[in-house]
Amino acid sequence: MMAMSSRTFGGLLGVAGVMFVTAPILIAGAPYESTMGLVQKIFYFHVPSWIAMFLAVFICGFSSAVYLFKEKPAADRLAVAAAELAVLFGLMGLITGPLWAIKAWGVWWQWDARLTMALILELIFLAYLLLRAYGGPGSEKLSAGLALFGMANVPFVYISVNVWRTIHPTTNVLPSLSSSAPGMFGPFVWCMVAFLVLFVVMLTARVRLEQQRGRLEQLCLALER
Amino acid sequence: MAESGRYPRVDCGEDGRSKEQMKPVRLLLHALTVLVIVAAPIWAEIGVAEVVAGQPAQDEFIPLDSVPPEDQLPAAPLLVAAYSLLWVAVLIYLWSIWRRMITVERELSDLSRRTGDS
Repeated sequence: MMAMSSRTFGGLLGVAGVMFVTAPILIAGAPYESTMGLVQKIFYFHVPSWIAMFLAVFICGFSSAVYLFKEKPAADRLAVAAAELAVLFGLMGLITGPLWAIKAWGVWWQWDARLTMALILELIFLAYLLLRAYGGPGSEKLSAGLALFGMANVPFVYISVNVWRTIHPTTNVLPSLSSSAPGMFGPFVWCMVAFLVLFVVMLTARVRLEQQRGRLEQLCLALER
Repeated sequence: MAESGRYPRVDCGEDGRSKEQMKPVRLLLHALTVLVIVAAPIWAEIGVAEVVAGQPAQDEFIPLDSVPPEDQLPAAPLLVAAYSLLWVAVLIYLWSIWRRMITVERELSDLSRRTGDS
């Protein structure tokens, strides 16, 4: 995936752009949710951003495990690229969530299990990036360990709404969406695919950047010798 | 010295990574760290204050259309804000990758020329 040609990369970037431009049109045509009304339409971007965040966390976690046990630099490059995307998509979820909550719940934030654990997950990957930026030599392995703990947090974030009492909607909404609200299902899948295509584009670009940095690092070290 | 006059100098850090290419990431991390440090106590305090000073807990669900209009927030600005912020975040991130890529490519070509000359 990471050795994608520039033509494929440009094509995917174009597809992502078109899908994001057309998404608001589909969302506007989707039916209104009966109790929340217009503000529920934030979900079309809120849920995919968290799914993209979880995907980034899993990629970062598995790549970190490969780096820790096999010491493959390519795995480390993929891990750091995915960690940055995890922070980005997590930030999107943390921004769009409160904008929905202030209307639906009457408060911007609740310290309940789902929201607090999601915030902790975001902070773990922010810590990962801080460690990479300031940890100095050896920080790659420390941050890889941190990524494994971050990945272990994901299932807890996901099931938290079903296990603990929380005001956040449960995970039962999505699996039944195609039957309970077919009019919402199409736009939701469209947005989900748009986010995933954007995710692939960003990850490819970010890994490419990391590869070039690796080359620069080698050249710098060769010059200093 | 004559060589550094011919080609822009690439400043290699301790781990061989250019300091220049880390600038945008460090700036972003500084901003996020300061935001977290400053915002977290205030945020937590607001949550506690709401619990303490809040009215008795509501024990039943009230649909939005049953709430008086003066108590309702307009949804459209929230929706527009959510989508706009998300778009801005995506564009800023793509721009930051592009900028970092340009910096790295430039430093790579400078270094390649220098190593090729020596």
